[in-house]
Amino acid sequence: MHADSIAFIFLNAAIINNFVLALFLGICPLLGVSGKLTTAFSMGMATAFVMLISSVSAWLINEVLTHFDLEFLRLIAYIAVIASAVQLVEMIIKKYSPPLYQALGIFLPLITTNCAILGVALFQTNYEYNFVQSVFYSLGAGAGFILAIVLMAGLREKLELADVPSIARGAAMSLMLAGILSLAFMGFAGLGG
Amino acid sequence: MAAKTDKKPITMDTFLSGIWKENPVFVMLLGMCPVLAVTNSVANALAMGLATTFVLLCSNALISVLRHHIPKEVRIASYIVIIATFVTVVDYLIHAISLEIYNALGAFIQLIVANCMILGRAEAFASRNRLSGTLINGLGMGLGFTLALLCLGSVRELLGSGTLLGIPVFGEAFEPWVIMLLPPGGFFVLGVWLLLFAWIKERQIKRAAAGTGEAAAHAR
Repeated sequence: MHADSIAFIFLNAAIINNFVLALFLGICPLLGVSGKLTTAFSMGMATAFVMLISSVSAWLINEVLTHFDLEFLRLIAYIAVIASAVQLVEMIIKKYSPPLYQALGIFLPLITTNCAILGVALFQTNYEYNFVQSVFYSLGAGAGFILAIVLMAGLREKLELADVPSIARGAAMSLMLAGILSLAFMGFAGLGG
Repeated sequence: MAAKTDKKPITMDTFLSGIWKENPVFVMLLGMCPVLAVTNSVANALAMGLATTFVLLCSNALISVLRHHIPKEVRIASYIVIIATFVTVVDYLIHAISLEIYNALGAFIQLIVANCMILGRAEAFASRNRLSGTLINGLGMGLGFTLALLCLGSVRELLGSGTLLGIPVFGEAFEPWVIMLLPPGGFFVLGVWLLLFAWIKERQIKRAAAGTGEAAAHAR
């Protein structure tokens, strides 16, 4: 596969350089919202949606800013767009699914400070992707995020039935799990390269 | 809301809580992404910690000064924009000081914007307290964050490349555990630190319980 091909960009963001398990982006929701499988999946979907919106907007903004030589405003413009996109998603979820809104709680507005989303916007700028490539990059990143958080939630649901020493309950156990998952994902390194 | 807590006295605790009791990384689990991503060497960890502390101090100081002027409805957006401004400053600053560190930290300097610890401090402390208290608390939190990064960075560098700050420690015979420098190592080391703290805490609680139990037995 060619490094610039759309399929490679998608796979690269989703699996080979998985945003969560290989690049360490979006760890907070991974630890915070991975208690239940359904909630985790919804959180993943919401995040992936915001990622797509912000990636498209970030691409447009970057074109405008580069045109006027205003690159130093990039970060501020990106984060403002992401904050608005999150606000939009929050309003949609609140209107159409109040139970989901309750379940996601504080982590919904916190999508703004999910580094995975800002990461997508920054990386696609760094790699100088064109519009189509950016869209597929963000779709891949979103798919990778959903994959990671759903895997994590599945493991943690099983773990509830296991006899874990009291000191390892909670965050420590989740981190160990994430470590093992990340180890597994390392097996994909070099794929398609 | 702001006026009510304005008069809270500044104590030693304002400063120390960030370092131990409310350590942003080990206790509150905030800002995990840079904690795991850039701690593969002590130097990177230190640079990241200081950069974050700088952004935290400056942005929280500004937010604290402006706290009566920021409308409640758009406060999060305003905080984010203020934080992003200072992150841009730090980004250019590090670029100017050391290209080596700039390349090592990569996009994670810009990603300080998305560090929930800074926004969390702005929302929970800076927007309700005077400038002096905010600065002291911010300094404590920043140092606590840096300390946590160093805890991870030193273990990962020691085991992963057998060096500390680039100086070889174990001698020739040591076979580096490369896994510690790779992503899984970050998760494992942080997990072990958390286990250690949980163990210490549980032991303290057990001792306290045993102490009161004995006292009760004596009273009888």
